[in-house]
Amino acid sequence: MANDDSEFIPDDDSIGFVETQQVRLFDPPNELCLESGVRFGPIDVAFETYGTLSPEKDNVIFVCHALTGDAHVAGWHAGEERKPGWWNDFIGPGKGLDTGKYYVICANVLGGCKGTTGPSSIDPKTGKQHGLHHFPFITVGDIVKVHSALVEHLGITKLLAVIGGSLGGMQVLDWAARFPDQMAAVVCLAAAAKLSAQGIAFNVVGRRAIFTDPKFNKGEYYDDPDGPRVGLALARMVAHITYLSDVSIEDKFGRRLQHSSHFKYDLDQETEFQVGSYLHYQGKRFVERFDANSYICLTHAMDYFDLAEEHGAIRQALENCNANFLLASYTSDWLFTTAQSLEIVSELVNGRRHVSFVELSSSKGHDAFLLEIDPLVQLVRPLLERAQLEMAEQRQKEAGENAGDNHDG
Amino acid sequence: MGKKRYCMPDPQAAITDELLMQHIEQGSRVIDLGCGDGRLLEKLRDDHGCSVQGVELDLSEIYSCIGRGISAILMDLDQGLSSIPDDTFDIAVLSQTLQQVRHPAAVLSEMLRISRRALVVVPNFAHWRIRQQVVLSGRTPVTQSLPYSWYNTPNLHFMSMADFRELAGRLNVKIVHEIPIIAGRSRRRAWLPNIRAESLFYILERGDTDGSAESA
Repeated sequence: MANDDSEFIPDDDSIGFVETQQVRLFDPPNELCLESGVRFGPIDVAFETYGTLSPEKDNVIFVCHALTGDAHVAGWHAGEERKPGWWNDFIGPGKGLDTGKYYVICANVLGGCKGTTGPSSIDPKTGKQHGLHHFPFITVGDIVKVHSALVEHLGITKLLAVIGGSLGGMQVLDWAARFPDQMAAVVCLAAAAKLSAQGIAFNVVGRRAIFTDPKFNKGEYYDDPDGPRVGLALARMVAHITYLSDVSIEDKFGRRLQHSSHFKYDLDQETEFQVGSYLHYQGKRFVERFDANSYICLTHAMDYFDLAEEHGAIRQALENCNANFLLASYTSDWLFTTAQSLEIVSELVNGRRHVSFVELSSSKGHDAFLLEIDPLVQLVRPLLERAQLEMAEQRQKEAGENAGDNHDG
Repeated sequence: MGKKRYCMPDPQAAITDELLMQHIEQGSRVIDLGCGDGRLLEKLRDDHGCSVQGVELDLSEIYSCIGRGISAILMDLDQGLSSIPDDTFDIAVLSQTLQQVRHPAAVLSEMLRISRRALVVVPNFAHWRIRQQVVLSGRTPVTQSLPYSWYNTPNLHFMSMADFRELAGRLNVKIVHEIPIIAGRSRRRAWLPNIRAESLFYILERGDTDGSAESA
């Protein structure tokens, strides 16, 4: 590594420096058949792994990221973009997902802009970026099919657990419905079987902000050094409010002013309140790391997700999954409410599935699943230990049966 | 100070679990309301081949349940069991908890909505030594396992066998079995049970639709 990394030492309880890897899947003629009916490939997948794969390959945890996340979930990237993974407090040696014991995988989603094929990646057929209109409609199911293909590509047949929050939680649910034998435990945080009308409404506003940006140019903006920065920043500002709670905003900013202790009575002052300048800052930072077309693509995937629709009911969707389900909601989350989690719990109980559920107390709103690490660790640790035990028992049973078969033969 | 008070038997006593186990058929679908660390459900799953589900109010107990591979839902019985669909279970268990909920009648009704049968263990506050203690010392009785004074007890209701029968009748709940627990042992037949029983074990079902509840 170049730069002055020799001087920089990541916090010593993290996994240290990590790198994103890439693999090409669904090469023609084996394209992925998308839910929209379109055949699509090849698909490049960016992913990171931490820890060591056990010889039995029974210690694998797949983390599904949320709307604007990426494959960099733990450890540190070296170089200029020196930053910890988005769930670094939860994943690492001795942490909730203990990389001393488990092999953790996280991949950027299809349609994203962090290394996995998305609207901003180069279409090998044209040598140019896909853009919005040459990129197909992506669903949560499509995203999961790519994740699952990656797992298979890595030679892993059964995951110890799939874990995710928000849009990541939707992926987790879809995965359990689509490939019910592929995991021993399912952890779904701050999510729902479908996005509420209120949630769709906020996504509509976000997309509207992008669509009406004069520099959006129907999604063909990759030659423009700016692109729809203003619209994307505005979309993020609105969305960011939905990730907080009234209490967390109040605690963080109250009515405090940014540069003064009294009003200026100046109509041009856009960010007189601290909360305003914070949101502007969030918007500005977001456009530096995210692509507007990906934002459109992935919010659509989120809006379309409806676990019950495809199978008739949530119960039917998950009836073949024998994994241990763990769902958690957070008291102050108004984007993905406790009632929405309980809807899933209710159907799982009704379908005789193994389901644990907790509503955790937090004032941090929807973002709580990223921030309230301690209760998560307390819940997930015994779940993983139990799941590994059950996987070992299952393996032994199967080995016994096979041995029996051989004797008979 | 130093005055001896009559102590109720430990509600966690193995006797209760044993009695519950005896009355739960192999392979039943069981929900334990107030499942604690999931020990009873673990036994039911491993020894009786039951399909089990726990409900518990204390988050730290949920961690223990998960470690045993027992599914548990964090829920306050007084907030209702509305997220559990009708007729999902064969048996709902409520052991030494009914006296602690705010709305015992509502909890009983909910149990028989989600489950065909309810197994309920309640303390009998009409035991003769409790009566004696109240009359002689003029003070609220204190129990061994719940050594609380009147001002910090989790027990919100003090019912007797006669009271429980009356409530069952009112709710149109059929008492299939009523088993007094005397001196730590279950008795099929007992003389003066409402005076001699420390706890009572009930097997309940929904009453006839015409409203005539059977009294045992």
